[in-house]
Amino acid sequence: MIAHELPSSPPLSTGPSLPRLLSALDEQSGGATSLSAHRRTYPPPTPARRQPAESYIAAVEKAGLRGRGGAGFPTGRKLRTVSEGQGRRVVVVNGSEGEPASAKDGLLLTRAPHLVLDGALLAAAAIAAREVFVGIERGKVAALRAIHHAIAERVHAHEPMVPVRVVELPERYLSGEESALVHLINGGEAKPTSTPPRPYQRGVGGGPTLIDNVETLCHLAQIVQWGPAWFRSQGTVEEPGTMLLTLSGAVGRRGVCEIPIGMSLATILSSSRPNAGGISAVLLGGYYGTWLSVADARVATMDNATLRRMGSGLGCGAVIALPPHACALSETARVLTWLAGQTAGQCGPCVHGLAAIAGGMRELAAGTASLRTLESLHRWGDQVEGRGACSFPDGAVRLLRSALKVFNNDVARHISHGPCSAAAHQPVLPIPSANVVSWR
Amino acid sequence: MAVSFRIRVDMIACDGRGLCADLLPERIRLDDWGYPMIDPTSVSGVVLDHARRAVAACPVLALKLEAVRGS
Ligand code: SF4
Ligand code: SF4
Repeated sequence: MIAHELPSSPPLSTGPSLPRLLSALDEQSGGATSLSAHRRTYPPPTPARRQPAESYIAAVEKAGLRGRGGAGFPTGRKLRTVSEGQGRRVVVVNGSEGEPASAKDGLLLTRAPHLVLDGALLAAAAIAAREVFVGIERGKVAALRAIHHAIAERVHAHEPMVPVRVVELPERYLSGEESALVHLINGGEAKPTSTPPRPYQRGVGGGPTLIDNVETLCHLAQIVQWGPAWFRSQGTVEEPGTMLLTLSGAVGRRGVCEIPIGMSLATILSSSRPNAGGISAVLLGGYYGTWLSVADARVATMDNATLRRMGSGLGCGAVIALPPHACALSETARVLTWLAGQTAGQCGPCVHGLAAIAGGMRELAAGTASLRTLESLHRWGDQVEGRGACSFPDGAVRLLRSALKVFNNDVARHISHGPCSAAAHQPVLPIPSANVVSWR
Repeated sequence: MAVSFRIRVDMIACDGRGLCADLLPERIRLDDWGYPMIDPTSVSGVVLDHARRAVAACPVLALKLEAVRGS
């Protein structure tokens, strides 16, 4: 047996200030951080025992960490609920990033796979889970390779750990929906199932299942390492810590950056774009997100408490700046059309409602809609909201409503005068190809 | 503590032929595509009877009566 490789320098006693998560990336190699490099900062996670590790749960609760996948649920409460469940407990790392405008989870998986695995194994110890699954979309080849390699490094170093299995997911938006993820791991299709039971009650193999997003688990690893007080030294009281953003559209520097929660959006946009050319709106939270007017974007801070008052939210942290020459209605119509195509096809209101909404929005964009179309769009939004077996259609309705509100002048003009000149421009927001993808 | 009942629909199972809306117009309307929109107010008395009938008539067992504990 080979002895553990000793860290060449002692682990840091206080954590990094900023960036935090991105400090785990190996900037020199540009590749994945190796196990030995990672262990210079992070000690091996304590193996999962039969009893939940109360101290980890308490630390995450105290830190006030919230899920970074979009829903923003308190991670500590989730840990505690699953730890109290009866049966064989399981951790699932949700590495699906079906949101086209988000790249942060893929970046963490590819460049800091050991931080992700530490987070997953610490979560497993926290709830006394017997197994860990890591779900990653089939097409994310670099992320898959990095995680497989990272697991092999740990096996080779004889680090004690519960079994970690990698599951390849179909490349669909819904692969990340919790019940769909569980259904797939249990041998079914990656489609949402009727709830209850929810995965935390009965999930993988019928046992209580903790599903956490990749970024969330990386924060969890850092909280265990440096404590809740350190974690709370960034961010707001209500929403502590840092978060990753994926910037795209009319920004100077596209890509992933890390900010303290509560940072001014204007500062983020201006510091990313030295070649400022103006923007016409911001899409927050990606294609499953909400529009923010320029006036709101100017004063917004990046925390849900503030953004909710503007009818928006952080979502998965994707930020898309719309350039002035773009037609916001055409862009929204294209995104809604894509979203409608992502339905799991199981619930009538989701299948028919999203198709109708996308169609109405395309008419609006093309300038062929009447006031009645607008009326129908509002009614369809009301009829679809909350009526799917999962919350997928609700996101599309939020996007629709934010577009009708933020671009109400454009809507009126398109109805009375036909399409704007911007509609003739090349579309700005990239839409993933509509290849037929299997559900497994 | 009295038990009251509420209607729920399993939207994945429902095939939207709208039978239930005929049998329980007190709580069920159909959307633009013929799928039931349920008023979550609890049911009792004669409406509960109608609800039971609708639940029994649903061809795909998508409709459920759910007990809610209340005061
Ligand atoms: S609401 Fe839509 S996505 Fe969700 S289960 Fe029903 S059909 Fe599938
Ligand atoms: S009777 Fe059953 S299947 Fe028909 S619409 Fe009502 S709930 Fe759906």
